[in-house]
Amino acid sequence: MSFHAKMAYDATFQKSARELAPDDAPFAYTPENRARLDAILERYPADRKRSAVLPALYLVQYQQGYITPGAMRAVAEALAITPADVEDVVSYYTMFHTRPVGKYVLNVCRTLSCAVNGAGRVVEELCAKLGIRPGETDPTGTFTLVEVECLGACDRAPVVMVNDAWHECLDPAAAGRLVDDLRARGEAALSGCLHKVEEQ
Amino acid sequence: MPVIEMEQVLIPHVREPNSFTLDFYLAHGGYAALKTALGRTPDEIIEMVKASGLRGRGGAGFPTGMKWQFVDKKIEPRYIVCNADESEPGTFKDHLLMERNPHLLVEGCAIGCYAIGARTAYIYIRGEFHHVQRHLERAIEEAYAAGYLGRDILGSGFDCDVFVHRGAGAYEAGEETALLESLEGKRAQPRNKPPVPAVAGLYGKPSAVNNVETLCNVPIVVSRGVEWYTSIGPEKNGGPKLYCVSGHVKRPGVYEATMNITLRELVEGRAGGVRDGRTLKAVIPGGSSVPILLPDQLDTQASFDGVQRAGSLLGSAAIVVLDDTTCMVWLAENLLHFYRHESCGKCTPCREGTDWLHKILARIERGEGQMSDLDLLASISRNVGGKTLCAFGDAAITPVVTTLKHFRDEYEAHVREGRCTRPAPWRARHLVGAH
Repeated sequence: MSFHAKMAYDATFQKSARELAPDDAPFAYTPENRARLDAILERYPADRKRSAVLPALYLVQYQQGYITPGAMRAVAEALAITPADVEDVVSYYTMFHTRPVGKYVLNVCRTLSCAVNGAGRVVEELCAKLGIRPGETDPTGTFTLVEVECLGACDRAPVVMVNDAWHECLDPAAAGRLVDDLRARGEAALSGCLHKVEEQ
Repeated sequence: MPVIEMEQVLIPHVREPNSFTLDFYLAHGGYAALKTALGRTPDEIIEMVKASGLRGRGGAGFPTGMKWQFVDKKIEPRYIVCNADESEPGTFKDHLLMERNPHLLVEGCAIGCYAIGARTAYIYIRGEFHHVQRHLERAIEEAYAAGYLGRDILGSGFDCDVFVHRGAGAYEAGEETALLESLEGKRAQPRNKPPVPAVAGLYGKPSAVNNVETLCNVPIVVSRGVEWYTSIGPEKNGGPKLYCVSGHVKRPGVYEATMNITLRELVEGRAGGVRDGRTLKAVIPGGSSVPILLPDQLDTQASFDGVQRAGSLLGSAAIVVLDDTTCMVWLAENLLHFYRHESCGKCTPCREGTDWLHKILARIERGEGQMSDLDLLASISRNVGGKTLCAFGDAAITPVVTTLKHFRDEYEAHVREGRCTRPAPWRARHLVGAH
C-alpha cells in the first residue's frame, strides 16, 4: 500500500486500455466460488466472519480479474460487514487490483538482494520490450508490469512473480525473452520455484 | 572446539524428491514427537521448551517457553498463530521449510496447541507464497487423514485444527499484532501494547504468535531432548539455526548450523565468498532492519548474543553480502524505498518520515543533494526512531543511520561531485527516483 500518490504501486498510477466496469455493475459469486467461500468461513468462529475478507476478495479477483465496487458490496453482504470495511482492506493490500490488469501481471522484485543481482536491468528490459512503464498495461492487455518489494527468494534472484507463479534466477539481459516465451507457452514458460527438485 | 557442523535436523532432506510428503516424513521419524508430547502434560511441554532455551526465530529472539507460559490459561479459547509472513528483505528460510518440510511445521503447531491448551492454529502465510501454500495445505490434509490433526488425535482425546490464512501483500503483517489485525479481516496495522497477545491476542483471546522456524524447532526439542538441544550452540543460543545468505556471493542459499558458526564461516565457507573476484564491502547480518557490519567484524559469532555484542542484531538471520561495487547511498535509497512503501501509515513519524528520508536519499543519489541534507537525514531519523507503536520506525531509519555512520564519505562525495560516484554495472541505467 502507499500513501504517496506518485509511487508506482498506487492504483491511480495504473493505466490500462481495458475498460473499467461501471460502479453500479452487480457482482455475484459463481456457485463454485460461493461454495468455496462457505467452506472457508468454517475455519473461523461463527461470529468472526470478517476474518474471511482476504480469501473472499481473492475469490472475486480470480473470478473477474479485479475488484469492483459491486464486488466489495457483495463481499460486505456475505461477511455481514459494511462496504467501507471491505474497501478499507482492498485499498491497503497490494495484491488486489481495483482496475483491469493484463492477462499476465509481471511483478518484479526490486529490493536489495534482487537489485544487486540486476533487478533494475530486468525492469528496463521489460519496459523496452513491452513499450510501457512500471504500473502500466500493454495496449494488447496481455502484460502489466509492476515493481514489487522483497518476494522472499533472495537466493534465487532476480525473481519475478507472474500472477501467482514464480520465475527465478532470471538473467537480466534475457528478461525480454520471458515476454516472448509467455506469449508462446503461457505459464509453462516459468521456472517455478527452484526448490522443486522433482520437476527439474 | 565448539560444535558447528552438525547433523541437519531442520532441513536434512529438502533436496530429496518427495521430502514434503507424509510417507517420507513418517519414514524419517515424523510425528514421533507429537506422540511423545501427548504422553506428557501440557505444563511439562512448556517446561521442556523453557529449559531448552529455544528463542524465537522470527527476529526478536524472545524465549518461546516464556511466551507460552505467559498465555493466560484461564480464558477459552486460546490460539496458536504461526507467523509465516516472511517478508524481511533477505529472508527466505521459512519458505524452504514450508515447501520442502511442511509436516515439521504441522507437527510443531499441534504440539504448540497442546502445550497452551489451544485447539486451533492459524498459519498466516504471505500472499506471494501461493505455491508454498499449496504444499502446506496438502500436508495438512494428509495429517488430518492420518489422524495427526482433527478429533481425538492418536486416541489422546486432544482435538486440534490447523488452518492456513493467506495474506495479500503487506510487510507490516509480519509484526505480531498487525498480523492479528489482518487475520481478523482488517488492515495490517499494529496494536498498542500492552496488552500483549498472550493476554489478549486473536479475537481478544490469549494467543501465542510464533515464527515458522520456531515452531519447527519444537518437535526437535521434544524428540531430541533438552540436553541435546542446549548442548549444540553457545549458552542461551542453543539449537539448530537456519541462515539465509544472499547478495554478492558465489553460493547463495539457506544453511543450517549451530550458532557457534561465525559470519566468516557462513559467508566465505558455506556461501563460497564474494563472487567475481571482488572484495567484501559490508555485511547486513539480520535482514534490512539491522546495522551493517564491516569486513573486520566477520569473525563475529552468528548467534543472537554474538551479533548483538558486535553492535548489530541477528534478526531473521538474513545475511546480505555486499561487494565493493555497492554504493551505500544507493543502498540506503533502495531500502528506504522499501520502508516508505511498506509503512502501514498508522503512526505519523513513520508514515511521513520514511517518505521524507526516501526523497532526500533519492536526490543525493541523483547528485542534487546539499551537504545540509546529511544533517537533515540524521534529524529526521531521530524523530522517527522510538516514536512509533511498533519496531518498524526503528527498522526503517537503520539503513540511513548505519550508512551515515560508516560511509559518510560516500554521501559527501555524491554532494561534492553532483553524481553517484559508484554506478555499479548491475544497477538500472535510469536515474534513481525517475519513476
